[in-house]
Amino acid sequence: MTTDAERPLLRVRDLKTHFTLKAGGLFSGTRKVLKAVDGVSFDLAPGEVLGIVGESGCGKSTVGRTLTRLEDATGGTAEFDGQEMLSLSKADFRPLRREIQMIFQDPFASLNPRLTIEQTLSEPVRIHGLETTREAIRERIARTLTQVGLDPKVMSRHPHEFSGGQRQRIGIARVMIVEPKLVIADEAVSALDVSIQAQVLNLIKDLQTESGISMLFISHDLGVVRHICDRVAVMYLGRIVETAPRATLFSAPSHPYTKLLLASIPRIRPGRVAAEDRGEPASAAAPPPGCPFHPRCGLATDICRSERPLPVDLGNGQFSACHHAGNQQGEAA
Amino acid sequence: MTQSKPPLLDVRGLSLSIATGGSLMPVVRDLSFSLNASETLGIVGESGCGKSLTSLAIMGLLEGTPVRVTGGEILFEGRDLLTLPARERRRIMGNEMSMIFQEPMTSLNPVYRIGDQIVETIREHQPMSKTAARARAVELLRMVRIPDPQGRIDSYPHQLSGGMRQRVMIAMALAGSPRLLIADEPTTALDVTVQAQILKLIADLQSETGMGIILISHDLGVIAETCDRIAVMYRGRVVESAQTRDLFARMRHPYTRGLLDSIPEPDEDVERLPTIPGRVPGLDERVDGCAFHPRCARASDICREQDPAETAFGGGHAGRCHHPLEPDA
Amino acid sequence: MTPNATVQWFATGRRIFRGRWLATLGLAWLVLVVLAAVFAPLIVPYDPLEIDPVARLTEPGAAHFFGTDHFGRDTFSRSIYGARMAIVIGLGSVVVALLVGGLTGMISAYFTRLGAFLMRVVDVLMAFPALLLALVLMTILERSVMNTVLVIGIVYATTTARILFGMTLKLKNEVFIDAAVCSGAGHASVLFRHILPNLISPLLVQASFIFAFAQLQAAALDFLGLGLPPEVPSWGNMLSESRIYVTRAPWLLLFPGALIILSVFSMNLVGDALRDSIDPRFKNDIKGV
Repeated sequence: MTTDAERPLLRVRDLKTHFTLKAGGLFSGTRKVLKAVDGVSFDLAPGEVLGIVGESGCGKSTVGRTLTRLEDATGGTAEFDGQEMLSLSKADFRPLRREIQMIFQDPFASLNPRLTIEQTLSEPVRIHGLETTREAIRERIARTLTQVGLDPKVMSRHPHEFSGGQRQRIGIARVMIVEPKLVIADEAVSALDVSIQAQVLNLIKDLQTESGISMLFISHDLGVVRHICDRVAVMYLGRIVETAPRATLFSAPSHPYTKLLLASIPRIRPGRVAAEDRGEPASAAAPPPGCPFHPRCGLATDICRSERPLPVDLGNGQFSACHHAGNQQGEAA
Repeated sequence: MTQSKPPLLDVRGLSLSIATGGSLMPVVRDLSFSLNASETLGIVGESGCGKSLTSLAIMGLLEGTPVRVTGGEILFEGRDLLTLPARERRRIMGNEMSMIFQEPMTSLNPVYRIGDQIVETIREHQPMSKTAARARAVELLRMVRIPDPQGRIDSYPHQLSGGMRQRVMIAMALAGSPRLLIADEPTTALDVTVQAQILKLIADLQSETGMGIILISHDLGVIAETCDRIAVMYRGRVVESAQTRDLFARMRHPYTRGLLDSIPEPDEDVERLPTIPGRVPGLDERVDGCAFHPRCARASDICREQDPAETAFGGGHAGRCHHPLEPDA
Repeated sequence: MTPNATVQWFATGRRIFRGRWLATLGLAWLVLVVLAAVFAPLIVPYDPLEIDPVARLTEPGAAHFFGTDHFGRDTFSRSIYGARMAIVIGLGSVVVALLVGGLTGMISAYFTRLGAFLMRVVDVLMAFPALLLALVLMTILERSVMNTVLVIGIVYATTTARILFGMTLKLKNEVFIDAAVCSGAGHASVLFRHILPNLISPLLVQASFIFAFAQLQAAALDFLGLGLPPEVPSWGNMLSESRIYVTRAPWLLLFPGALIILSVFSMNLVGDALRDSIDPRFKNDIKGV
């Protein structure tokens, strides 16, 4: 048996999540397949924070929703702590729900408006049998609320009595109360105002450091990702195009799409070289053949238009799914 | 600077309130700024600071909302829009000034072709034959850099991407050749690569037409890159305003500083993000003195008692703070 | 009920009925009907079933406020007991319709494969006009209060199922449902702890409309001689019996008819007020039965 230090907590291989869309006329039942996630592989080490970035429709949220079994995978495997979990029945997966938790984007939609905070927070505790007596449950809720920076007295209130930032703290409390091993944060701070976003971001970072939780941090905001992640995976049209440690990704991005993304962010301090106008991504329902990025890529050659590039190891943990990645860096590993 | 010609837009002491059950809750207080042709003013602030209400007030779009103008004047080329007869005002709106919104807010009508919608907008403002209006629509689509405008004009909105739809919205806003364009979070719903394209388009259109632009956004990066001047709003007040360069070189208001510091940037590593403690007080919560004092590290007794007046820091840089930061800070 | 909850109920009531004079009048009428039903034995001057051949078809007057029918039974007393039947039929139908229809709708929306089948059954049932469906079912069953309630309940269960199907589909996709699933909530918990409480106010509105339409449906069945047993003093039965004597004793038609119209109208007004006060998300789903 391998030791914990060697074995990744989460090992995803060739994950595919396809959706069937009804298309066409009233009576012609033609169906289109939307390949939201189409062959995604990555490892997540214990205690690591992996960022998944990309633009809307790239499939980053679907990766998170598939790994929490909110969507059904079409193919591929995901081993959590050595156990394949995508093939488990929903019932067999339930115990794992305690270990794998999710923070949602919209703090206004993710809390049941009819339940008090105590009712919302007690649910996972009761379901997973973490405490048995009412007193113990309340005590645990109080402890968790304090942990996320809220007064335990708020537990008798309903969600509408809280601001967006406070609600997101409650959402984080619901995750932390079961002491999970893996947290998937899907745009966890995107709906918040800048000053509140910083507070919640610090809270997530603190909780992660203290508890050593592994985290999949899904976001479209590269600034946020740089702040919180150890490693970053960039997704484009259902695939990971580049993976690299944080420092490398931001200082020496390899994939042309990563470069375009970084060049497109408006900066507060002057000095950005404006990105070229490269059009918009194709629809995931009709991705271009070969490399999905080739229609927007300045380096595209014939091979890009016909053949799907595989990840190239550029050393130091950097992988780039680009036919020209090796040449560009001068030396392929 | 010559005084002969009035600025394109001059807002003086504008105050807005929300009418709720008989009482008036102030949401924008004593707001003043001006804008010249070919100039871009950025208004930045967090949700609830009053930046969007201000733009709606300028456009005269508050009718039917519980928000009332309770004071001040809005001078467009020297004429006060607030005292203008309704008919005259409607003529100015849409022709001489127009507005674009965050895309989902006023998306296009899904059952009509975009060409028909643009033609309708054109003919609302200028009497013109359908053929002429259609030719003008193609021209507008070309202006906003939509490839193959002849072909795209007969598309339905759902056949276009988010970025293309926003381009169509901009084309419609340009139909009356406005001298003032108000853009309220025009790229917030768009992806970052598309956002860069739309911002560049707006800047290009400005240098082609010489229109004045008010860009409203919560994103300091967007504001910093596109605007000549910036006004930072907090709870219904402009707390600091300056030329863009000036503002980022010498921030004087603690809120502006705090806002900037709390943004995680893609170009730098920060161990821990500095934050502004607390949250923006609700509209129904009364705060005496400076509205920012409950969250301000520099607050003293005077801040709790007295609302700071506007202080000029020189070079068009002004702010409302009893204890402004040192210029070198 | 704690005093606090009572206060809250009162406040909610005020919010719903404030400035709606017609609805308030409607509510007042319904309260009167309920009081009459509850205290019927104390109010009535005669036994509603007592036959008095001497006083057959007496005009309304001091002895008989609403006159008497062809058996000499006191119309006023029968009308008061009729209120009882109205409440029983109304409440019974609401319970049956909400239980059967509500569960069908919710479960169909939640378990999509089973739902595809169940909702087709509902569609078939809805293809029949409500009264025709009730008639068919009643001809199979025996005439009794129980069966009338059951049949009317089933008829309105179809529309209830359709409405709840749509609303549950919407709620099912709410983020807080995903969050509950991630917390480990099972099907029953998601359905009854997370979805159902968010359906309470639309269900209440639905109930008020079913209550009203059940009256009409019951009256129609009674009138056609397929509803309650003939001896039961219900407004519909009274109406049915009156038709032969309508020229000689118009009061026999007038009073029960007026009671039915007033009550149904009142319930609809109250239902409208309830509907206007609820969650705007569901306003378009509920358009009356």
